[in-house]
Amino acid sequence: MIDRRSIAGKAPRPDRHVPLVVVGAGAAGVAAAIEAARAGVEVLLVDEHPIDNDMMAMDVPLCFGQRMDATVRNRAAMLERVVETNPALASVHDAGVDVQLGTCVWGAFVSGPTVQELPTPMLGLADDRRSWLVGYDRLIVAAGARDVLLGFAGWERAGTLGANGAAALLARYRALAAKRLVVIGSGPLGLHTAALALAQGVDVAGVVEIAPGVRGDAAAAKALAGRGVPFFTGHTIRAARGRTGEIESLVLVAVDADGRPRAGAEREIACDAVCLALGLAPSVELLHLVGARLSFVGALGGWVPEVDAWMRTSVPTVFAAGDCAGFHDGMLAAPGVAREQGRVAGLGAAVSLGALEPREAQTRRGVHVSAPSASAEAHGHWQAWLRSLIEAGGWEVNVCQCEEVTRRELVETKPPRYLKWDSPQMSARDLATLLRDGPVNQDQIKRLTRAGMGPCQSRRCREQVGLLLAQAAGTTLDRIPLPTFRPPVRPLPLNVLWPTDEPAAMREDWVSWFGIPTQFSPHWTAGMAIDEPTAHTRLILSDE
Amino acid sequence: MTAERGATVVIVGGGVTGLSAGWWLARAGVDVLVLDKGIVGWEASGRNGGGATHVYSPFGLEEQRLWPQLDELLGYPTEYQPYRIGVALTGAQLALARRWAEIGGVRGFRWEALDRRQLKELVPIVGDEAIGGTYLHFGGHANPQRTVQAYAWALQDHGGRILQHTTVTGLVTRGGRVTAVETTRGTIGADAVIVAAGPQTGLFADMLGVALPLAPARVEMIATEPIPLMGVGGVAGNGLYGRQTLRGNLVYGGGPHEWINVPDMATPEHANTPLVRNLARRLAELFPGAAHVRVIRAWSGLVENTPDGLPVVERLAHPDNVVIATMSSVGFGLSPASGRAISELVQHGRCMFADLGALALSRFAGTPRDWRERAGWVATGPEVATAAGGDG
Repeated sequence: MIDRRSIAGKAPRPDRHVPLVVVGAGAAGVAAAIEAARAGVEVLLVDEHPIDNDMMAMDVPLCFGQRMDATVRNRAAMLERVVETNPALASVHDAGVDVQLGTCVWGAFVSGPTVQELPTPMLGLADDRRSWLVGYDRLIVAAGARDVLLGFAGWERAGTLGANGAAALLARYRALAAKRLVVIGSGPLGLHTAALALAQGVDVAGVVEIAPGVRGDAAAAKALAGRGVPFFTGHTIRAARGRTGEIESLVLVAVDADGRPRAGAEREIACDAVCLALGLAPSVELLHLVGARLSFVGALGGWVPEVDAWMRTSVPTVFAAGDCAGFHDGMLAAPGVAREQGRVAGLGAAVSLGALEPREAQTRRGVHVSAPSASAEAHGHWQAWLRSLIEAGGWEVNVCQCEEVTRRELVETKPPRYLKWDSPQMSARDLATLLRDGPVNQDQIKRLTRAGMGPCQSRRCREQVGLLLAQAAGTTLDRIPLPTFRPPVRPLPLNVLWPTDEPAAMREDWVSWFGIPTQFSPHWTAGMAIDEPTAHTRLILSDE
Repeated sequence: MTAERGATVVIVGGGVTGLSAGWWLARAGVDVLVLDKGIVGWEASGRNGGGATHVYSPFGLEEQRLWPQLDELLGYPTEYQPYRIGVALTGAQLALARRWAEIGGVRGFRWEALDRRQLKELVPIVGDEAIGGTYLHFGGHANPQRTVQAYAWALQDHGGRILQHTTVTGLVTRGGRVTAVETTRGTIGADAVIVAAGPQTGLFADMLGVALPLAPARVEMIATEPIPLMGVGGVAGNGLYGRQTLRGNLVYGGGPHEWINVPDMATPEHANTPLVRNLARRLAELFPGAAHVRVIRAWSGLVENTPDGLPVVERLAHPDNVVIATMSSVGFGLSPASGRAISELVQHGRCMFADLGALALSRFAGTPRDWRERAGWVATGPEVATAAGGDG
């Protein structure tokens, strides 16, 4: 006997099954796909660029700050640019890899303690019109890194970008709708971003740094200065200003050695975009969904997968390579590292699929190129920036743009304003009272305050919420459990997720709840049983 | 490690049922301690559809009486909103919606039938596929996570205690009574014990030599980005349960469950499956005017069911200082009433406001040990992969 209202007999079937799926066509993904294909493995390489304009407008997956020009609406043109600006794609294609561009991976579904129905591990894929499922034997995640934003007064205005969002608009799409950019952060990422902007003909109105001196390479800074880029070291952001909804200037304020603003030391810089280039966070969403063990490594940008010498995660079928396996500023100077990790992961996946002898893989792998070590862990620096931004901008600045939750509301764990709730009991509760009952948990506070619950899926606030909570709780970010990532890890419309291939049984046997005939029957009479239309379950109440 | 001070009543499980019971007891001045293996309300209690319309239940009238005043009673917001609208796309769906309404009618609540035009006025995102519906001037919905937190805080405000991240591993029995609970933080004394541990409730019943037939299952939900607020947020139909939150998100679940095994006290991840796509489709069918709206997250939860899908809420005969409570996968909405009933069972030995005869454990006295297999309520394991494409 099977329960027809259960999933039994209706398990999802992938549209296709591929021995190896590689997610992300950056340096790591491309190298992985080529190595595996050379070993004779059938490979599917998916990459979400060009990203759908509506998604870009939500700062997904990178922070584009509404500074895309109109060409991003032309998908055909964008596809051409993506191909043109990523010459490596041609070589992947030549290697016999099936390349799907403009395709995001929004879910990864695997068996576990509460999921036993799946015939195979599978990914949810989607383009701008439809979604589908692909089963895999091996998965290499080369998903890159996310932008890390720290808010300031006025950062909701159009023009607040992240370093990777800006880089995508500048170099990949050539579609940045901004003329004068201020770069926040003078580390390697900031200097790199400023140079990229100049190279694409965008003015750099300043590089801002809270530290007393430039943090990145002195020669690179000098070259920028030589091209007329002003450096504002020992400064933080007071506010962005402009007509409604637009950034037209940025107000800076000089800070002392502790990051505190000095009275009267303000200056206003005309600009139409502000790029936060303080660091990046590894994109570990899919790795989290497949259950790969993640650990917090400050020097690598936060939560990163634990990998072995072949970039294999704790889940034997899943590998990670490139920035999603850990990123720090110093890696900008060594683009070979991501490529090397990708090659190694591709070889490792080929070996694990039996397509390559381990000895041969070792030979092809060659001499190991080790990543440059990080000059410092990122989070202490972010925390220092955040403190200065709070000193300069106050506690009423939104930490979460989507849900309009201020820094104060977050650390006071206030219910959202739209509930219009006030009571003496509620006023007596805050983060400190919550911490009496257990350690700080970002997911719990997210649900109470709604910080991180919006359509950007907490991309713009995940790190700063964590940093603020750590600061308020007197702890450090590494001591706070990883806030979970939920599928779909891209916000997709209902009619895109819509499956066109539902088995007939899915429709026929669908009920809203278990379909137990007596479950919703009035207890006072036997004659009014609620019987959902497709009830088939026989109740086993006695041993007849 | 110093063990926590004992309590008059120790509650195993900080879900919505245990917390409500604890709150009622604390309100009555009883020294109460709630133990949870994780964070309060972190499992099904805090991640369900939020419905509060169960007038068929012995707890139904009390549920309806209490919800409208619950925010004030607790001192914290539950996000409770009154009324429900049922949308039907087929004749069968309409019959089912009307059946729900009629049960309310029998209990003295008002409802009205809606034609397509009335339905579209109330719920602008329904489409021409809708054939009609029901407007229940009773029932409602609330925010599950906010509600469990409200119970927990209100319980503390009345002097009750909550110990999170504390797993109960055993029950100490002496002289026919449970005298203490063993936990990962030591042994904690108790004069009375309430077991309201969701899918794990059966494991505790086992420890007491009581057979409580329970089958755990995983169910899933999706949430969209916010859309403009509708006049009544409690709109459901097309095989979905759920609501529009006060923020504007559409939050819905339904469809096939997966029977699983919960072998121990572990807390598994709240994993989703591709069912999120099927849910998205049904939501777009229900609300064609919102088909373009984006799904921003999905989650799952574990619930347990008894063989007839009805709760077991009972003060045991042996040991007689233990109350066992499982709401059989329908516990959130009924929680103000079920908690009150449990608190009365502990204090007075019986529920003062409802006859709980229908929920007695004795109805399963003849249930065979292999009932799950017989009903097909078992984990079936992975299906063999087949060729691409649907068969429907």
